[in-house]
Amino acid sequence: MEMNRLQLVRKAWYVFDKDIRQEYKTRYSVNAILLFAIVTLVAVSFSIGTFGASPEVKSALLWIVLFFSAMSGLAHIFVREEETHTADTLKLLAVPTSIFLGKFFFNLILFVVMEIIIVPLFFAVMNFAVEGIWTFFIILILGSLGLSAGATIIAAIISKASAKGALFTVLAFPILLPVIVAGISGTKIAVNESSISAASSEIQMLFAYSVVVITGSLLLFDFVWKD
Amino acid sequence: MEIKARDLGKDFGEKSIFRDIGFDLREGQSLAIVGPNGSGKTTLVKILCGLIRPSTGSIQYFDNGGEIDRDHIFAHIGLVGPYLELYEDLTARENIHFFVRMRDLTGVRDKVDDLLEFFKLAGREDDAVKTYSSGMRQRLKYIVALLHDPKILFLDEPTSNLDRQGIERVYQVMAEQKSNRILLIATNDQEDLKYGDEQIAVGS
Repeated sequence: MEMNRLQLVRKAWYVFDKDIRQEYKTRYSVNAILLFAIVTLVAVSFSIGTFGASPEVKSALLWIVLFFSAMSGLAHIFVREEETHTADTLKLLAVPTSIFLGKFFFNLILFVVMEIIIVPLFFAVMNFAVEGIWTFFIILILGSLGLSAGATIIAAIISKASAKGALFTVLAFPILLPVIVAGISGTKIAVNESSISAASSEIQMLFAYSVVVITGSLLLFDFVWKD
Repeated sequence: MEIKARDLGKDFGEKSIFRDIGFDLREGQSLAIVGPNGSGKTTLVKILCGLIRPSTGSIQYFDNGGEIDRDHIFAHIGLVGPYLELYEDLTARENIHFFVRMRDLTGVRDKVDDLLEFFKLAGREDDAVKTYSSGMRQRLKYIVALLHDPKILFLDEPTSNLDRQGIERVYQVMAEQKSNRILLIATNDQEDLKYGDEQIAVGS
């Protein structure tokens, strides 16, 4: 019996719900990401000072803080299943597509929650301001989508390896580099331009990247997950 | 329901774990997989469940004359094994709820209560699984494996970690399963082996 799309999404929701319950009880990923982000933010603000950097440099620093904060917590979504030996349990319960979608939504929500806390803090601590708030908002959302999707499939790949933490960042960096570059570029434009069209190529790039990574991940995840 | 396994073999790198395993099983039949430690009993169970792919050979599942593909066999099987863990940060009830939802089961509240009672976990279902003893975890694994009345039940070391009362309960389950469905057990325990109508040896 073929699983229809509604069933697929419903099961993805159940996986997401289970992960949210686990995270609520352990707060492992939230704590790791937030502590890392806050420590990095404080370190950056102390080292360059409140007014010591141009908006362009600050744009780059924002995405570097976001990228490395993501690296500190997003891998946990699959590593936890392997380390607690529940990966086989999950394999018995759902088709790979549902599992990937559930895990991806979890990472996306986690990353957005982190941004809701970190981005205003970054603006305050670094005395950072943008002219095009909507441009910045769109860049941030699309960047989150790309980073979360890329991080989720890489987390699945590295979850069976030893030295997972180091491997995750090393593998993730080249794959997620287009998001970081487009994110930095789009944020720099948002600093000076209020028009969304000024950052249209960055927005298109981030949107295309997200579509490609999500589609590619859905196609490849079956092989990554089962063998 | 029917399982047809042909020429199954598994290699890890250059090392061959087992070769040429084959059998047919129908409803009302049971099979015991025996062999010394490290012979590949667990690997064979995982292959039969669809958790890992064999290096050689094939396995087919048929239901009502039609073949079921690998992605959809999970709806028909129950598995209890030492490597199959539950979510220990969640309570037993939350674990059961997750299994019920993932398996699209409805109207199973009474069945869940009966299974909790049968495996003597009633009253402890709201405790986190991490507070459970190994025997209690094993009982909970049976509950989640039996929720959907699996047509094929795989039991890897079925009585490990259980006290006498738990073992008796498991033997009841095994007797009922082999009477009208398919039972596969991987064990070296002589008492467990009584529930396998036939035996195949791996690594011998």
